[in-house]
Amino acid sequence: MIWGNVQTILNNLYIGITLASIFLLVGLGLTFTFGQMGVINMAHGEFIMAGAYVPYVLQTTFMEQFKGMAVLAALPIAFVVAGLMGVVLERVLLRRMRSRPLDTLLVTFGVSLILQQLAKDLFSANNKDVVTPSFLRGKWDVLGVSLTHTRLFVLLVVVVSVAGVWAFMTLSPAGRRMRAVMQNRDLASVSGLPTSRVDAITFFLGSALAGVAGVAVSLIGPIGTATGNAYILSAFLVVIVGGLGKLRGAVAAAVLLGVLNAYIEHFTSSTIGKAAVFAFVILFLQVRPNGIVTFRTRGLTA
Amino acid sequence: MSGDAATKVGFLVGADTTDTTPAAEATGQGGRRRGREPRAVRAPGRRGRGPAGSGGLGSWAPRGAYVLFAVALLAFPRLVGTPTDARQWAEWLCYAIVAVGLDIAWGYGGMLALGQGLFFGLGAYAMAMHLSLEQVPDGSLPSFMSLYSDNTELPLIWRPFQSFWITVIAAVAVPAVVAMLLGLLVFKRRIRGPYFALLTQATAVIFALVLIGNLKLTAGFNGLTGFSTIFGRNKYAPETNSWLYDLAAVALLVVLGVAMIVVRSRFGKLLQATRDSEDRVRFLGYDPAVVKTIGFVIAAAMAGAAGAIAAPVFGIVSPGQFDYAPSILMICWVAVGGRGKLWGAVLGALLVNWTRVTVSDARPDDWQYLQGALFVVILAFAPGGFAGMISSGWQRATAKVRPRPSGHALELEEVPA
Repeated sequence: MIWGNVQTILNNLYIGITLASIFLLVGLGLTFTFGQMGVINMAHGEFIMAGAYVPYVLQTTFMEQFKGMAVLAALPIAFVVAGLMGVVLERVLLRRMRSRPLDTLLVTFGVSLILQQLAKDLFSANNKDVVTPSFLRGKWDVLGVSLTHTRLFVLLVVVVSVAGVWAFMTLSPAGRRMRAVMQNRDLASVSGLPTSRVDAITFFLGSALAGVAGVAVSLIGPIGTATGNAYILSAFLVVIVGGLGKLRGAVAAAVLLGVLNAYIEHFTSSTIGKAAVFAFVILFLQVRPNGIVTFRTRGLTA
Repeated sequence: MSGDAATKVGFLVGADTTDTTPAAEATGQGGRRRGREPRAVRAPGRRGRGPAGSGGLGSWAPRGAYVLFAVALLAFPRLVGTPTDARQWAEWLCYAIVAVGLDIAWGYGGMLALGQGLFFGLGAYAMAMHLSLEQVPDGSLPSFMSLYSDNTELPLIWRPFQSFWITVIAAVAVPAVVAMLLGLLVFKRRIRGPYFALLTQATAVIFALVLIGNLKLTAGFNGLTGFSTIFGRNKYAPETNSWLYDLAAVALLVVLGVAMIVVRSRFGKLLQATRDSEDRVRFLGYDPAVVKTIGFVIAAAMAGAAGAIAAPVFGIVSPGQFDYAPSILMICWVAVGGRGKLWGAVLGALLVNWTRVTVSDARPDDWQYLQGALFVVILAFAPGGFAGMISSGWQRATAKVRPRPSGHALELEEVPA
């Protein structure tokens, strides 16, 4: 009896953490572009979609014989493809809108509409399946919780990505420049940092992470033109709760919301779970309007 | 965190520190505003016609335009339209009502409300519940309930909607109250800009989810439909279509009139001042949270009223109509028409929907491309929308007559972020 309860709790913890890992991967990219440039990139979901189609394209074209390798090869390719899409978006549209951050939300929504229709025309409106590589089939049973290999792989991808982003941000000169621009753009600019180029790098990185998230998502379920939509809103909630541009905040918020979502959904229903998470976010913002981790500023509007 | 201390420091140093923080930039209160007077303090949206601050409908020009528009609107179907067109136009007029409200919140108040579908939907569902009950004898259940549930009597939440007047009041009051609660919770904590936009967007998503989830009360995904009579009129009769058109037209005129009074009132100026510089408004002794909440509530009430009229026009009310994608499209109407101008909002709603129907009839797949392109082109290159283009063109044309145009029309980079 008690064992059964513990098992339920553990099982939902696992579900929550895998959910959180996807939220995190999606939210990570958003939090940098949002944090540094104030850009709400609604097309981020379509970058995820683009990333998700990469293993599908590889598996159905020239890597047909090596479906397992295709998934691994898709990771760097999706990284670059989504990253380049992001840079093009930033260079062509967003940089001319620096003074109107809120409008970028609507422009990128327009871009997302176009990309979705493009995907529909290219791949048809039907959902596609990415073949799970043989080394990811199977599961381990630990304490009655079945850890499927695909989800563990996703978890691994997320952990590596987060560690990579952390290392980039703290150890590399480019990461240091990024943090400088994020904290105080004017000061960074007068100190001689090329803020425009830093913006491009940030956007590349943020979008590239969406591509990686797309590959991860493609392993979990069928992919389609609405793949991005399913994750984008939750990811934004993660960004809001986590605090702008903060890695620690994003990790904490993703785990918090993911696990909360899993538990509430288990004990009530899927719709009540989502509504309850939203209510939680509103209440949470009453206590900490700027999220879990905030920049210390002397500003009035902080 | 250090908010209070920072407020004091900022206050001592002077209001200009407002704009120098990275967080300020990130939340859309960018440093570019430094050193520029908020427009609203001078003469908001008056463009030098008549004295500012007189309240009411102002000078003769907008009043005259309003009367002309009213005559055109009511005469229009009698001159050209067929009954089916009338129904189509009635739908677009409902959208125009939503757009006018949204323009008050976004164009005049700077609040990017991405969840107007919630309020539109609340109004529509209220009326759809009443219409569903109209189809069955008094006291019996709407037809879908016998399919999905084993209720023997009407659920409590449905009962008030037996009465027509309670329904009408609820269609406006429920959205207003929801908006008030949401607005106070959010604005009092100074949550704004993109945060506000995303939260409102989430409300629309949650609303659709809740509707789908509560199959027994709302008929879930399929929604409420089968209104063969509308307030005792036969749904299929041509006269009903014309009647619905007239209803929507009169409602639009009333809403537009109210909106004109609101934006020209003292409150309207305060709303625009809050949009342009929230902190300065606070220093002047007003509470921006209250100002913004009132603006948001007005927008919500208008959307609710539009929903109540749209329900019989649509003939079906289902969650998919009020999800986040339709909600963002409402922003598209205002953006294309021209935010910060009420006539722009009306123009945008009619123009975009006319284009949508025309294009998707001819080439269904291309509408989404066009729609995406509209968003991109208008917002990136002409943020004032058509109204902005027309009025700046007009000003340029009349510049010789008036040597020093005192205009503060939406210049491209001056559009509220």
